[in-house]
Amino acid sequence: MPREFTPKVVTANALIEGDVIYLTEDDRWSRALEEAEVLTDEAHAELRLLDASARQSEIVGAYLADVKLAGGTAAPTHFREDFRRTGPSNYFHGKQAES
Amino acid sequence: MYRYNEFDTAFLAERNRQFRAQVERRIDGSLTEDEFKPLRLMNGVYLQLHAYMLRVAIPYGTLNSAQMRQLALLAEKWDKGYGHFTTRQNIQYNWPKLNDIPDMLDALAEVNLHAIQTSGNTIRNVTADHFAGAAADEIEDPRPVAELIRQWSTDHPEFQFLPRKFKIAVTGSPNDRAVVKAHDIGLRMIERDGNPGFEVIVGGGLGRTPMIGKVVRDFLPKADLLPYLEAIVSVYNLLGRRDNKYKARIKITVHENGLEKIQELVEARFAVLRDQFGGVDQAMLADLEAQFAPPQFRDADTGAFEAAYTNDPVFRSWVDTNIATHRRADHAIVSISLKAHGATPGDASADQMRLMADLAQEFAYDELRISHEQNVVLPHVAKDALPQLFQALKAAGLGTANIGLASDIIACPGMDYCALATARSIPIAQEIATRFEELKLEHEVGDLKIKISGCINACGHHHVGHIGILGLDRAGVENYQITLGGDGTETASIGERAGPGFSADDIVPAIERLVLGYLDLRATADETFLQAYRRLGAAPFKAILYPEAREKAA
Ligand code: HEM
Ligand code: SF4
Repeated sequence: MPREFTPKVVTANALIEGDVIYLTEDDRWSRALEEAEVLTDEAHAELRLLDASARQSEIVGAYLADVKLAGGTAAPTHFREDFRRTGPSNYFHGKQAES
Repeated sequence: MYRYNEFDTAFLAERNRQFRAQVERRIDGSLTEDEFKPLRLMNGVYLQLHAYMLRVAIPYGTLNSAQMRQLALLAEKWDKGYGHFTTRQNIQYNWPKLNDIPDMLDALAEVNLHAIQTSGNTIRNVTADHFAGAAADEIEDPRPVAELIRQWSTDHPEFQFLPRKFKIAVTGSPNDRAVVKAHDIGLRMIERDGNPGFEVIVGGGLGRTPMIGKVVRDFLPKADLLPYLEAIVSVYNLLGRRDNKYKARIKITVHENGLEKIQELVEARFAVLRDQFGGVDQAMLADLEAQFAPPQFRDADTGAFEAAYTNDPVFRSWVDTNIATHRRADHAIVSISLKAHGATPGDASADQMRLMADLAQEFAYDELRISHEQNVVLPHVAKDALPQLFQALKAAGLGTANIGLASDIIACPGMDYCALATARSIPIAQEIATRFEELKLEHEVGDLKIKISGCINACGHHHVGHIGILGLDRAGVENYQITLGGDGTETASIGERAGPGFSADDIVPAIERLVLGYLDLRATADETFLQAYRRLGAAPFKAILYPEAREKAA
């Protein structure tokens, strides 16, 4: 049986700043995971990733990251994505210091 | 110290100009990331989890105070006020913006520093004994040779696209402080019939297939070094596997082809190359040796030092751990610990860098070194200056007396920064150091090397730690595996896996249990952890780590 498709978001790093960004439904790049478009259909997700990857002058390394839905918005399922949306644990730097 | 000539300065300016144009073309969209990535890697620019990272080479770990001040300036102006010193004598900036990096490289060039060949499949920054030129046990300062290798390997047309990265380390004394046996080529200086030469070691490396290097030539006269190195690298360049990234390092080439075949090919190639070098390299080396002449040491009266040592227990403790024997009796080698308990191993703030630069200028003939253990070294300090130096360091949080002890931990950036990580390593190092400080036990425990990597790539040298810790991802949860009995010196060995891994919560108590258990196992107070492990084998240490298993067996 094919594996069931789990919810995803398109994420990448910003070309100039290098920080973590997420693709929104209206084709913006947001720095907050909560604003990301949550993709629940596999074919649609692949298409969104293709579109995003074509935006070479804005981003680096787009990929689909797993999320779970918590109260209608996306939350990470893996600790790597949790660090990406927060920042390092040894200093109060990165996203956690910016919001 | 080596001074750039006109050629070096022009070469670097041209490289920086080219890279600036490449960055511009990336930003305006004329280059895709696939096109740009090999170019940025040629210039030490990585993309990590949260930002770009710039890795700057500190050739053979040597800096003067002006260079250290410039590193501080970069940290302050384009980063978040600090830099991270690594196990390969580099400094990494964790937060630069892509459009600032060309300016950072220009600022580095002002003080003869660069980021060339700090990544990519090239010959990387050549590392050397951090006590070079100062150690009492040294045959010769290895840095002129290291600089010669740097010049030969930088932009070497044949070696820009090797099968994989290539790391060379040199030590000028029989005692290995440069982990030469875990490098693609390790050079250990020895003497034969009164002449200096090298034991040439190939095929060492850590990563997913750790191997101790093998001796390919037991004695190579110093004059033959460059043609011999070129022979090794060119044999590897042809033979090394390009079909599989995980089998591409020379350690696998040596393993798959056998040492004898490699030896034959290298010697045959060497026979051809030797004449082609025609002595130019030796003329250059003679010039370099003059530039690395030792400073004009002043005579120092050691009376004040001895009085302070007798009367001040805090000073004494620092001297006992952080001072190594200098070749002159009235001087000392000072290691400045970048491992304050609970701090990030290898990090220094811009203020700390500047202070260390000032102190080097005032007390250490303007010289600093970066050690592979992520500390800073003042290689030449007259003993009468030590009390004053210690006070200045202590006031800046740089007086930690823990060199070589449990809290002097090597840790890679791990999941806090690194895109390849499977788990964090920095917080584990912080917690272990904090715990040992609470226990007030590390001086009693003595010589102990704990090394932590956040994935199988082993940048934190865990395989050669007396206690190694490897962070893994087990079904989406951080898990830490322990290896025991590793050694990175001239008696090198790869640590053995102790058993099942520990959770992030359990790893620090496990290390504590292990170290306390060792205190009961050691034969005398002088027997180090590694010696006890070698005498007793793994069994009693495993029994300490896994008491449940012992109970079940009983
Ligand atoms: C963005 C950060 C880094 C990346 C992407 C990275 C990548 C890698 C990779 C892929 C390997 C394995 C190579 C192989 O086995 O073929 C490796 C090995 C190694 N790296 Fe790193 N590394 C990073 C940071 C560091 C740091 C911070 C240090 C020093 C503290 C370091 C020092 C080493 C060392 C000593 C090895 C093992 C020796 C060997 O090459 O066999 N690396 N690194
Ligand atoms: S060992 Fe792994 S996690 Fe640590 S720096 Fe190297 S690649 Fe990154």
